[in-house]
Amino acid sequence: MTTDDLIARLTGELKPVPRTAVLRRVAIGLGSSLAASATLMYFWLGMRPDLMTAMETTPFWAKFVYTLSLAIAGAWALKRIAHPLGSIRINLALMGALIVAIGILGFMQLAMAPPEAHYYLLTGHSVSICTLNIVVLSLPLLAGAFWILSGLAPTRLTVAGAAAGLASGAIASLVYSFHCTESGMPFIAIWYTLGVLVPGLIGAIAGRYVLRW
Amino acid sequence: MNPVEARLKELMLASLDGDAKSYGVLLNDLARHLRFYFMRRLADAHKGDADDLVQETLMALHTRRATYEVDRPFTAWLHAIARYKLIDHFRRNRIRATVPLDDAQELFAQDQSDAAADRMDVERLLQSVPAKSRDLIYRTKIEGQSIAEVAQSTGLSEASVKVGVHRGIKAIAAKLKGGADDDR
Repeated sequence: MTTDDLIARLTGELKPVPRTAVLRRVAIGLGSSLAASATLMYFWLGMRPDLMTAMETTPFWAKFVYTLSLAIAGAWALKRIAHPLGSIRINLALMGALIVAIGILGFMQLAMAPPEAHYYLLTGHSVSICTLNIVVLSLPLLAGAFWILSGLAPTRLTVAGAAAGLASGAIASLVYSFHCTESGMPFIAIWYTLGVLVPGLIGAIAGRYVLRW
Repeated sequence: MNPVEARLKELMLASLDGDAKSYGVLLNDLARHLRFYFMRRLADAHKGDADDLVQETLMALHTRRATYEVDRPFTAWLHAIARYKLIDHFRRNRIRATVPLDDAQELFAQDQSDAAADRMDVERLLQSVPAKSRDLIYRTKIEGQSIAEVAQSTGLSEASVKVGVHRGIKAIAAKLKGGADDDR
């Protein structure tokens, strides 16, 4: 096909593009994969039985605010990196600040607790499964995030993959917080954060192969 | 704003609103810029891929045009896509090449018809310089010989080669200034 033919074809196919098209694609992709992840959590792990009483406690809301803020920063990063020349430096800084903040909270709680309570604050009762569960819950989200990027134009694929992974991990940890009954801040600071970073790493590695266009 | 940017951006905004006529003009214009851009960056053995890259870039522009943010420069956006396609081409073909950190300016700096016209202008200007200076400028500035080489082959001292080149260029500069004044 000659370039002139191609131009004629593309011109013939032209349709108006709404200004919000990218945002809409991000919303559709993350919305539907959030539904998938939440459904998976509900049938596989189940909601925490004490949800109603937990909602009256600070740790529940600390977990909620932490994971929700990470999820928002991650989804925003995903939207930004979907554009050519997109940069997620601000988002990474924001996520870094949130991680530092929860780290400080965890450290303060450790400092105020008696030494014999430290081990439980760090490992809770679900240390062996917490991060793994979050990573599993992040997989549908990662697929959704990759689908979003596949129709857009990220030019730095490793960074784009990392953004997709971090967003997926953060949203998955938000979903997981409705199942998990842990309430120690050091636990959240370590294992939840790891649950966000591991999908970020998976995304970064997969990005340069999966996201090519 | 740079006039090329202003013109192309206007065409792009109209295209995003569905104006097929502007889109046709835009794509034709970009095809020329892109062809020149890729030709310059491909090694001789791969020059034949330039047209494929132009088409791939135009396709990418088409399918991903929603990612153009209207408050950003259009030329920078398109350049990022073209550069991505070029690097992807190198990767796919396992060509080890370094893509210089160029910017959008280079994609839109010139097109081929201008380059040909420039060459003709140079020839014409050189004709207006005294024969001796013309020869020296030709050897040093166009053929790229060093001052020492030219001095040796002409039997002049290096200093007089430099002076000769300098005088010739001064004469050309004076003529260009005069020419510009005449145009006004």
